[in-house]
Amino acid sequence: MKTLEQLTLAGLRIGSAQTLGAFRLIPLLRDGAPGDLRIRTRSYADAPAVVTLAGERAAPSLAYTSYVPHGFVIAHTKDGTEATFGATLGSDKQSCRCVNLLHRMVKAERSGATSELRILPLHLAMEGFLALQFGGPDIAWREYSETALRFGLDPRVERSVRGSWLSGFEEALRVFEVAENQVGTMVFVADALASVFVVSHPGDYKRLHRSLIEDFFGHLVYEYALLYPDTPRLETRLDGARIKTVLDLRREVARARDAWTDYAKLLTTGLFEHPVRVERVRTMGPFRLERFAPQFDPERDCHIGERIVREDGTLEYMKTFRLSAAQVRRGHLLEQLAAAGWELDLAARALRTTKDELIKRLVNAGFGYLLKASVLAAARQRASEHSL
Amino acid sequence: MIVGPCQSAQERVEREDLLMFVSACFACTGQREFYSDGRGQAVSIDFLHRYVLGNYRSLYARTLALGVNDFNQALIVSNLLSTGKSTTPSERSLENALVTRALARLPVHRAMHLLESLAKRRVNNRRTRAIIAAFLASPEQRDFRAVKYRRAFRRAAHHAHVGLGGELAPFFQNGWRERVYQTPLLESFRQAHFAESKLYDLPFSIAEGLAAKHQVPRDVFLRRIEPRLTANERLRLQDASREALGKAYAIDEARLSPTKLASFILSRDDREEQRASLHEALLLSTRRAVSRTASRFGKVACVLDRSYSSSGSNEKRRRPLAVALAVSYFLREASREYRAFWTAPTADEVLVDARGATDLATPILDALDWAPELLILVSDGFDNDPPGVAAQVLELAQKNLRAAPLCVHLNPVFDAESFAPKALGVGAVTMGIRAAEDLPTAVALASFAEARASLSDLVAHLDERTERFLAADRKMHEASP
Repeated sequence: MKTLEQLTLAGLRIGSAQTLGAFRLIPLLRDGAPGDLRIRTRSYADAPAVVTLAGERAAPSLAYTSYVPHGFVIAHTKDGTEATFGATLGSDKQSCRCVNLLHRMVKAERSGATSELRILPLHLAMEGFLALQFGGPDIAWREYSETALRFGLDPRVERSVRGSWLSGFEEALRVFEVAENQVGTMVFVADALASVFVVSHPGDYKRLHRSLIEDFFGHLVYEYALLYPDTPRLETRLDGARIKTVLDLRREVARARDAWTDYAKLLTTGLFEHPVRVERVRTMGPFRLERFAPQFDPERDCHIGERIVREDGTLEYMKTFRLSAAQVRRGHLLEQLAAAGWELDLAARALRTTKDELIKRLVNAGFGYLLKASVLAAARQRASEHSL
Repeated sequence: MIVGPCQSAQERVEREDLLMFVSACFACTGQREFYSDGRGQAVSIDFLHRYVLGNYRSLYARTLALGVNDFNQALIVSNLLSTGKSTTPSERSLENALVTRALARLPVHRAMHLLESLAKRRVNNRRTRAIIAAFLASPEQRDFRAVKYRRAFRRAAHHAHVGLGGELAPFFQNGWRERVYQTPLLESFRQAHFAESKLYDLPFSIAEGLAAKHQVPRDVFLRRIEPRLTANERLRLQDASREALGKAYAIDEARLSPTKLASFILSRDDREEQRASLHEALLLSTRRAVSRTASRFGKVACVLDRSYSSSGSNEKRRRPLAVALAVSYFLREASREYRAFWTAPTADEVLVDARGATDLATPILDALDWAPELLILVSDGFDNDPPGVAAQVLELAQKNLRAAPLCVHLNPVFDAESFAPKALGVGAVTMGIRAAEDLPTAVALASFAEARASLSDLVAHLDERTERFLAADRKMHEASP
């Protein structure tokens, strides 16, 4: 079940940014965290993982394969105790060919009185993006290849970049000064929003701050970090004209803080301004675990992600991933195709283009394998004749 | 701002250059800092030294008298000796006296390594040789240094063509293979290669290596070597002794300098339980340090940075925070009225730790509310909550407030990129600081950074300090025979 909703940072305050190199990190603060939702990491060692999405673990079925350095264990504790650090999966002596076999993106685990969920952060959202129109055409239009009709989009592949590959990110995380009541960070690269990470409790955030380096980021972020190694250091100017007393100074400083909040809001309009499609994954007590995907629009910056929301709407957990332009185009194409019932002519009209052009765009987006070779060849032939 | 009538642009530049250099010389140790790596620091400070040496040689030499940190003293001595040709005849004797005095004042290990580095760099002129010879000849220290710093001693002596009197020649020739030595220390060194019992007459660092050779259990070794340990070694071996002997070496905490003690306190896990005794020790140590200096202050407010960046680096662990803690104690003792404003309030200063963002604006405003005569800030100069606001608050306070206090920013961290400790705008004078005990010097120097001050005042101050520095030497010599 999917609903259209606007994302918010309910229950959080925006702090002032810290800048290092290409990165601007803006802290998100929460006053008086109740502490009934605790998150810890579970390390999966440095090995790729295969996640069985349905059925038994390691059974031959649909699987999500990726580099998964850690999972999150989310505990709903009624007495406010911290989530204890648990066991590590996998043996110590792992060879380079070792693969972790994991069962489902979200899995309930119980330990005593507290109910726990193990999730694979960000992979949950990414899996949602990969599964978009995964089934392929449901009407056997002539143009589609045998594999597309039989297996849908399988295998569907997207690329991302590890946080440790972002130039300067490690240093930026190291020197970042985590505030006392900080529960989250918004990561900007060259003032483009790369990711939002929020947890429920400041203590958990302190531990998880460094785990950002193990997250994955879009290719756009990777390029920006290389291309713009210096984000300008921004300062708000205090207006000296009206200052006579310390009280005036105090007011001016408060205004400067507000200016930072406004600036952060301005930078994050791409994520928070437009409604996104939210899909509920699971509920646990008063919390809802949801993942969301944007309405794909190549003109805007699009983010996928996941979040946990309390009944009263407070944001308790969030992780987002900024899609690169190519990824947004792929999402957009698939969406338009599905809306047209996979009929190429109809979809081309919706996209205000010709069928040949649409085929070309499909090929460029990496979906050439969906169409019959003869269809592709014919389209190419017509295009070359046309250009002559 | 008022510019003095008789001040030329050249004089102003000279004064500013010199203050920047002195400021850097207090803060920089060529080690890694929170925001920059050791390599950058070393390159930056080296450039600064060359620049000042090339342009203001006589003032450069006199910086030795200001009590800048040991790293920079060693660098100054080394640079002066290696460019002896450009000394003017009138300055020569003063420079020699300063170098000799500084070398004698340096911790022995630094002095020995300085001599070794002179040999490595092939700095070999008559003056250098004479100074090395005089340093190595010191009768009461000679054998001890020869044993403890064998390699450096030998290399320096060889380099400076120093004749090795007594038994040092066979010692460096044959070492422990010699038949017998008459000098007790050398004989112990020889015997310790064969008998474990002789280990405990040797300096710790030498004995430690030989203990490994004799496979002496760690606890036995640490128990028996205890009487030979220096104060610094006792401090350094706290963890080792606690692990091996079950009980850490006793140290007289109050005898440590306040900053060193503050570093020690911040490193303790049992601060919570020991807070009363640690507070008492820090208080005693501070009182002693304050009584050594003549300066007293009036109504002082102090803004202290305890943000995460004050945790320093692997090489300078919690150094900025330790300086802040020690400065706070120092000022409480040395001022008529005192209040501390930490960036995040702390109930007990002894329990302070480095965390959170750097919000300097709020404590500065609180301090201004209290209307002090002097506002001291101890911070690494990176304010980020919100960024750049603290500097503007200070500037506006100076410009717009009636009875704004004098603001001095003491920065324990050298910023390699700007060749100086990072400043907090034009509203406060920034001076580097090494330890809380240097606070009176830093505040005195800060007064020369104002636009009204003139170069001649600064030079007069330097001369006075030089006079005192060398007089202490003479006094020592008169006392020793």
